[in-house]
Amino acid sequence: MELNKYQQELFNHQRPVIEKFGARTWKWTIFFLLWIGLGGYALYLQIAKGHTVTGMRDNVVWGLYIANFIFFIGISYAGAVISGILHILKVEWRKPIIRIAEMVTVISTIIGPVFILLCVGRLDRLHHLFLYPRLQSPITWDVFAIGTYFTGSVIFLYLALIKDFAIYRDAKLNIPKWQQKMYKILAIGYRGTKGQKRHIRISTNLLAIMIIPLAIIVHSVLSWIFGMTLRPGWHSTIFGPYFVLAAIYSGTGVLIMAMWVYRKMYKLGNYIQDKHFIYLGYIMMVLGAAYGYFTFSEYLTDWFGSEKWSNEVIDKIFNPAKYGWWFLFTNIAGILLPIFIVAFPKTRKPGWITIASFFMVIALWVKRYLIIVPTLESPLLPMQDTRTEYVKYSATWVEWALTFAGIATFFLFFTLLSKFVTIIPISEFGGKEKPVVTTKDSAEENEIAPA
Amino acid sequence: MEEELNKPGIKTNRKDFLKKGLFAGSVLATGAVGISSLTSCSNNSGKKIKVLTADGKLVEVDSNVIIEAHPCCAAPAKESRKGIPGKKFVMVIDLSRCKHALKCQDACQRYHHLSGMNVWLKVFKMHDAETMAPYWMPKPCLHCDKPPCVKVCPVSATYKRDDGIVLVDNDRCIGCRFCMAACPYSTRSFNWEEPQYLSETKGAVYSPELGFPQKKGTVEKCDFCPDMLRQGKLPHCVTACPNGVFYMGDLNEDSVSNGAETVRFSQLMKDKGGYRLNEILGTEPSVYYLPPVNRLFPFKDVEITKENTEETK
Repeated sequence: MELNKYQQELFNHQRPVIEKFGARTWKWTIFFLLWIGLGGYALYLQIAKGHTVTGMRDNVVWGLYIANFIFFIGISYAGAVISGILHILKVEWRKPIIRIAEMVTVISTIIGPVFILLCVGRLDRLHHLFLYPRLQSPITWDVFAIGTYFTGSVIFLYLALIKDFAIYRDAKLNIPKWQQKMYKILAIGYRGTKGQKRHIRISTNLLAIMIIPLAIIVHSVLSWIFGMTLRPGWHSTIFGPYFVLAAIYSGTGVLIMAMWVYRKMYKLGNYIQDKHFIYLGYIMMVLGAAYGYFTFSEYLTDWFGSEKWSNEVIDKIFNPAKYGWWFLFTNIAGILLPIFIVAFPKTRKPGWITIASFFMVIALWVKRYLIIVPTLESPLLPMQDTRTEYVKYSATWVEWALTFAGIATFFLFFTLLSKFVTIIPISEFGGKEKPVVTTKDSAEENEIAPA
Repeated sequence: MEEELNKPGIKTNRKDFLKKGLFAGSVLATGAVGISSLTSCSNNSGKKIKVLTADGKLVEVDSNVIIEAHPCCAAPAKESRKGIPGKKFVMVIDLSRCKHALKCQDACQRYHHLSGMNVWLKVFKMHDAETMAPYWMPKPCLHCDKPPCVKVCPVSATYKRDDGIVLVDNDRCIGCRFCMAACPYSTRSFNWEEPQYLSETKGAVYSPELGFPQKKGTVEKCDFCPDMLRQGKLPHCVTACPNGVFYMGDLNEDSVSNGAETVRFSQLMKDKGGYRLNEILGTEPSVYYLPPVNRLFPFKDVEITKENTEETK
């Protein structure tokens, strides 16, 4: 593969990352593996003793695991937004960040469903989902929707990678043989001929168009697991769009954080520029406002209507003695903070926007918890159980350990994948565009350092 | 065996243990009777029954602790999906007669070998508003005609039969607990840990119509005792109630019985103003309630404490 001047410069910059694993990467990998190991022990306990080791009981039948499931599927929308929508709109500045976005998508779509598996009581019977499928059940819809979405996302990521694999293959990188061979296989004989280029272009366009409705379907169906029941706080018509919006919103937040980390870690200031943070910041601000609007109308209608059963849930969410402070936190950190940070020019800086994203993403995780638990703690018939753990949910260390193991897996996959492919797609910088504009603050980060 | 009985949550003492040892012997000898679960020793009925033990001794035991070990009439899993032909079961619960004796719950726990934390038949203290009078409300599974739990099951482990009964097949259940989240009547329980079996239920052949042996990681609930219904008998809660609160019957025949009297279902509804729980949800339950008017017993408040729930386990 012939590289142009810009591509060569970019490739030289990222080459050491692929060629050397580095002591720092080893340290992080081991750190993540330790967390995963702890999670493995927790999982062993859960399988051996049953779900009695979790905080879930007959009333609150779902807890942290389901919150994590929604959360991870939610952040997978990073790819859908940046790669899908921005691709269709032919937004040029997206190019340096599409790889990160699609990696977030694929990795979190792997981890999300794992949490469903952790929640299920009989892992040995998962094949029943295919042996005796019932089309009426929203879970069956989810299995198909997430399966399709995952396949689509993997293909989308791969399509964007084929050209890069060809570059790695031809670059005579100083890497082990198996890795060379791997690139060769994955490049599937791409030589950059006119026909090959055309095929990739058409397939990418098609997938970009497909991935958007797919993403909408996935989170709608997910919300309907709750929306289809007769439970107060769940049985809401706006749950589909509300969940989809929250997902895109949190996905943008995670993307911003990932960009910030990689820019720092691999000195990519020339490519992931301030403008990327600011543009994504604008997107985040708009989504934040829309999310705030949905939140407001959802809780306002429930509170104003003041039906007996809704009231119980609303009371739990608004009451400072119950979940009130958490709810306030989700609204301040999850809605107001990102809007104000981006709105004021003084704070419209990569650092500030990243901090806002960080709090927003945490707030949205808490919000998922607040959607699940208070409703389950408010059954329609009075709860007259004398066993306190049956009345109020509190997650056990097993659930927390597995939650952190999931987060560690996310980081681990990210770390490993970024050692295998370049974080900035090289082939995207072909032809017309002149990508490298050295900004003031990124100039000092310009030198190459092996990770 | 002593070790097994001493697991947490099971009350036992040396005397009980000895008794149970004897009972187990009697089961071996006769093959026809088994011994009820753990709670039984605290509820003596006063009636004694003679039982032959394995070593040939004749012993007297309380009638309350004897149950049939292997009910004859539960259909296997596949057949249990069809239901009993020509039937449409309904239950009527007369709230004016309930005094929170909990005999229904005792019998239910015992006959379904519910030795763990799970209670199939709950008795709620209902007090809808300050200005209203409190009353007791026994609540089995309502076996809805439009069951929200069945709708959401991804593997058809819970199903609605032609005779109106909703069952759970714990050989198929994957334990996702969606049905529990979907049930608006807090009916279902989950086996959060390995169920504590009694020796006589070990080796029992599972049928969704029996509901035992229970399995870890699966959902269970009240099943209207279809094994009894198949024999033309009444469910255990109906026969156990000393006040005739429960009526069970067939909507097609328009008759329900509480064991002591058999009445026309439609007439009962008309005379006493029958209603269904949370009709507004559109679930169309098969269980009807008669309002707590002209009560047989004054409402005596019982603080629902740890102790009296322990007893009902």
